Amino acid sequence: METTIDIVLLTFLCITAMAIIHIRKLFCAIMLLGIFSLLSACLFVTMDAVDVAFTEAAVGTGISTILLLGAMGQTNAHEKRPPYQPILALLVVLVTGSILIYGTMDLPAFGTPDAAIHLHVAPRYIQQSPIEVGPPNMVTSVLASYRGYDTLGETAVIFTAGIALVALLSAPYKKNELAVKNEQGSLSTIQPATLHDHLILRIIGKMFIPFILLFALYVQFHGDYGPGGGFQAGVIFASGIILYSLIFGLDTAMRVISPTALRLLGAAGLILYIGVGILCILNGGNFLDYNTLASRPVDGQHLGIFLIELGVGTTVFAIMVTMFYAFSFRGRHST
Amino acid sequence: MTWVGHYNYWGAIFLMMSGFYVVISRGNLIKKLIGLNIFSTSVFLLYISMGKIKGATAPILTEAARLSPTPQLYSNPLPHVLILTAIVVGVATTAVGLALTVRINERYGTIEEDEIRAKDDSL
Repeated sequence: METTIDIVLLTFLCITAMAIIHIRKLFCAIMLLGIFSLLSACLFVTMDAVDVAFTEAAVGTGISTILLLGAMGQTNAHEKRPPYQPILALLVVLVTGSILIYGTMDLPAFGTPDAAIHLHVAPRYIQQSPIEVGPPNMVTSVLASYRGYDTLGETAVIFTAGIALVALLSAPYKKNELAVKNEQGSLSTIQPATLHDHLILRIIGKMFIPFILLFALYVQFHGDYGPGGGFQAGVIFASGIILYSLIFGLDTAMRVISPTALRLLGAAGLILYIGVGILCILNGGNFLDYNTLASRPVDGQHLGIFLIELGVGTTVFAIMVTMFYAFSFRGRHST
Repeated sequence: MTWVGHYNYWGAIFLMMSGFYVVISRGNLIKKLIGLNIFSTSVFLLYISMGKIKGATAPILTEAARLSPTPQLYSNPLPHVLILTAIVVGVATTAVGLALTVRINERYGTIEEDEIRAKDDSL
């Protein structure tokens, strides 16, 4: 049964990918990419990766689609047909694909328990993490405690990407002489209709937003016991704010939470993470060695994981909303 | 017939090559970014496929599993951790790419690669 679901979902994924290649309307391609993400999230669930599925569903179908649409609205909604047939590209892809498939011949079959990947560090994580670290969700233990350095790095990358995006999009807008208006008339010339006029959307949105935010907080603080954690919670909280801003307009949303506050929050989350690490050093341990934070090591682990998940959640939330603000603000001023 | 068990890897490779094809054959910069997204999702699939064990469950300890006499089999949590963070980092880097695309459009008035190159050459 599991195998059947797996193969059906994989087939759907392949069909969606083919449709994305084929279609020339960027709007359709972006929507199909959202479906693609949702399908892959389902596939992750069948492969026991519930935390990953959670993240993919929140990021792939929510934030990523919104950002792509934001960029499309400011550029061009239609892809031009290239003047040549990309036969060489097809050839390169076919050759690379066959080499990769030849490479998989040596891999252990899908789902075998004695594959090399399951024999190295995984038994330690599975058997010892509930005793050494505490949280029943092993993914949280590995993410926040065993591989805390990695997660710190990833959080820093997200923060840096946010800075880069703000730097790129907050430069003063100057229309170059070179820029010629597209003959088809790009979407940016059409003033976007505000969703505020849609009565049903407005009422339903108003009802949903508190629950989305509450759910994000649940995901944040329940990440030790079930699927969830700072990354997912940050993205879900951000999608609540983005929904608010889509329905009630950018100005209202910016009054609720200002871009300056978001930038401070983004930095504060990262500083909280690093601060916990330094606190561990001051208490006589190594960087991010939570055992030193409390008298009992397991309590220390619990406190440390709670704090750094909070830091991750804050940074991810702030950076995601900052990115959305930057795109929509640019879009309004470029028209 | 041991290679029949590789269907998940083959699916991932097919998707990887679809994304790769979009990146190298399409001139539209947003379409290229969509292709990159497909490519990265296929890599996520490959990693998660490797972590899966047949008959195992999600790596979350439950009270029932702790009390049961037979040890419960869990899928490998390590790839989950790596991919979970990679997804969020992926969307952040995609956003930077999109910001670059928007700026290129402001400069050149187009996001088609060959038109951008033609404008560069005409200067």
